Amino acid sequence: MKSTEEIFALLKEKFGDAVLELNTKLPKEAVIEVTPLKVTDICWFLRDNEELQFDNLILLTGLDDDNGEIVKLEDGTTETKGGTLSVVYHLESMKLGHKIVLRTTTGRENPEVETVSKVWACADWHEREAYDMFGIIFLNHPDLRRILMPYDWEAGYPLRKDYKNPEFYHGMKVPY
Amino acid sequence: MGLLDKEFSDDNIVISKVDDLLNWARLSSLWQMSFGLACCAIEMMATSASHYDFDRFGVIPRPSPRQADIIIISGTVTLKMATRIKRLYEQMADPKYIISMGSCSNCGGPYWEHGYHVLKGVDRVIPVDVYVPGCPPRPEALLEGLLTLQEKIRNESLVKKSV
Amino acid sequence: MLKTEQMVLNMGPQHPSTHGVLRLELELEGEIIVNVKPHLGYLHRCFEKHCEAMTYPQIIPYVDRLDYLASMNNEMGYAIAVERLLDIKVPERVEYIRVIMAELQRIASHMVAVGTYGIDIGAFTPFLYLFRDRERILTLFEKTCGARLLYNYIWVGGLSHDLPINFVNETRDFLNDFKKTVIEVNNLLSYNKIFIERTANVGVLNVESAINYGITGPNLRASGLKWDIRRNDPYSIYDRFDFEIPVGEGLHGQVGDCWDRYYLRVQEMIQSIRIVEQALDQLPEGEITSALPKRIKPVEGQLYSRVENPKGELGYFIVSKGQLQPFRVKVRPPSFINLSVLGELCKGHLIADVIAILGSIDIVLGEVDR
Repeated sequence: MKSTEEIFALLKEKFGDAVLELNTKLPKEAVIEVTPLKVTDICWFLRDNEELQFDNLILLTGLDDDNGEIVKLEDGTTETKGGTLSVVYHLESMKLGHKIVLRTTTGRENPEVETVSKVWACADWHEREAYDMFGIIFLNHPDLRRILMPYDWEAGYPLRKDYKNPEFYHGMKVPY
Repeated sequence: MGLLDKEFSDDNIVISKVDDLLNWARLSSLWQMSFGLACCAIEMMATSASHYDFDRFGVIPRPSPRQADIIIISGTVTLKMATRIKRLYEQMADPKYIISMGSCSNCGGPYWEHGYHVLKGVDRVIPVDVYVPGCPPRPEALLEGLLTLQEKIRNESLVKKSV
Repeated sequence: MLKTEQMVLNMGPQHPSTHGVLRLELELEGEIIVNVKPHLGYLHRCFEKHCEAMTYPQIIPYVDRLDYLASMNNEMGYAIAVERLLDIKVPERVEYIRVIMAELQRIASHMVAVGTYGIDIGAFTPFLYLFRDRERILTLFEKTCGARLLYNYIWVGGLSHDLPINFVNETRDFLNDFKKTVIEVNNLLSYNKIFIERTANVGVLNVESAINYGITGPNLRASGLKWDIRRNDPYSIYDRFDFEIPVGEGLHGQVGDCWDRYYLRVQEMIQSIRIVEQALDQLPEGEITSALPKRIKPVEGQLYSRVENPKGELGYFIVSKGQLQPFRVKVRPPSFINLSVLGELCKGHLIADVIAILGSIDIVLGEVDR
């Protein structure tokens, strides 16, 4: 069983600049920040290293950080320009009993993160959901389609903070 | 026995209107399409299980829309599901009836404001005969809804009403 | 030359054995399954969007509607998550009542799982017996909080109502009667030759792929791993009770087949009875709410908190920015994750086995789609 600090030191030694920082400022959970285009390698290491053995991906969460610039459009509504989207990974080792939280941040305009669906099979659907809700593109994902919303949904990604719902879908009125 | 009470004489002749006979036949064996959507489907199951026993009103679940007379929309109708519900409704043979069970299918229920993927009321895609309120309605409420529907069928007529 | 080609068959969204509005696209080679593609989202009710617009206590009714067969467990998980975020402790009596409710709800949820699984396989009677007894649990809940299915009972920092008069005795009566029903169901269904033939050695899930797919709850334990959040990451007061964690033993086939997954739920019901009995014995008197600020406003931070639901590990990941509304609430839905293994399990089986495998995973579509 290892603490987050020890795991961070191990990762920093192995991956250098790809592991950005250990964020312990927020209460309750310490977060290891990593770069989005190295996630797969880091996760393979986390899973297969004898001392770590993170065999279980508990949860993969998409997040809209809501830190962009809010622009007023002509029709009176607002839109967010710039800013970031994040993906948070909760990992656990069932054998050794330790847990960590990884977080990777990517730009909102062209959000690209490497997939971990080869490392943990359950990440497949989690990533599809994050794509569906936030539009985060997971590079090398085997089957990146919408999962909960209809396949032909064109109005954007619903859980982004500046999402606007369409008036009609297939002739059905959507608002109340 | 309602319509048949004391109607038989020694001659074994029943006198009735065609309307009444048809309506009586229709309302006494409303075969229901077994089709659960969400939370209300569990209450619908409870209604057809041992304690409340839907069977005694002639309601028997049928898995195919072609054999069903009544469809109970039991739960939240989403936009993705709405087109399928419309299709299922169109596949049912006439005469067909709809009970909208629960707030969600009546009007969107708790999801009316922020539900970007919820259809606010199933009556936006198919016509509804009886609305049963509640979230979820108790089995008794669903039974009441069914009795109301039976009452509605009892008053139907083959004759086109003049204006 | 005879040419064969694969056939695509659609199952659902309206199908009596998909337990809701799930659509499966089956690719068949004759009657053998080559591939199963689940299509979800027919019940996507935008739970996470609602959370961002509601205050912390207002979310509880929506939490009910995730896994609508286990509302009490969902509420308990959410209440514990917010309480951990706020760093508050709840009174002893509240903890005991929560455990009693959660375990009764676990029994009720497993009753539906076992009963409908019987229907899927072709046995109707156990369903009626179990629903008869489930009504008694629902009556107990109704006396407590007024609702049969979706309760809004467990609140942040406490409960909405205290237990009604005579609750303890009525629950004891029910538990004593229910022990007989379990024996009856075992005789009718579990050891039934036809049932065993349909379920043993079908859809075998080994431990390695179960962990890799993130499977939790009864499905993981049926594969032989003793993993239960109530023991491995204890919450509330579960460390005070004496209960066993049943694991799959492969009594009629290999470890981790459909029969194991089914039978594990029957055994869990017996363990839940034990927990409720102990909790009723120890039930203390006291307050049912703790001192809470009028406006629940956690400090900035994030937290993942998990509990053991009847379907598996239910977790809430809450990100707070110090406002009345959470910035983001993400649920770890056990049914959603358990369902993702379906394609793997079905490969190479007959088309009729899809029903048996799907029923044994025990999903609730409200939680799969949220």
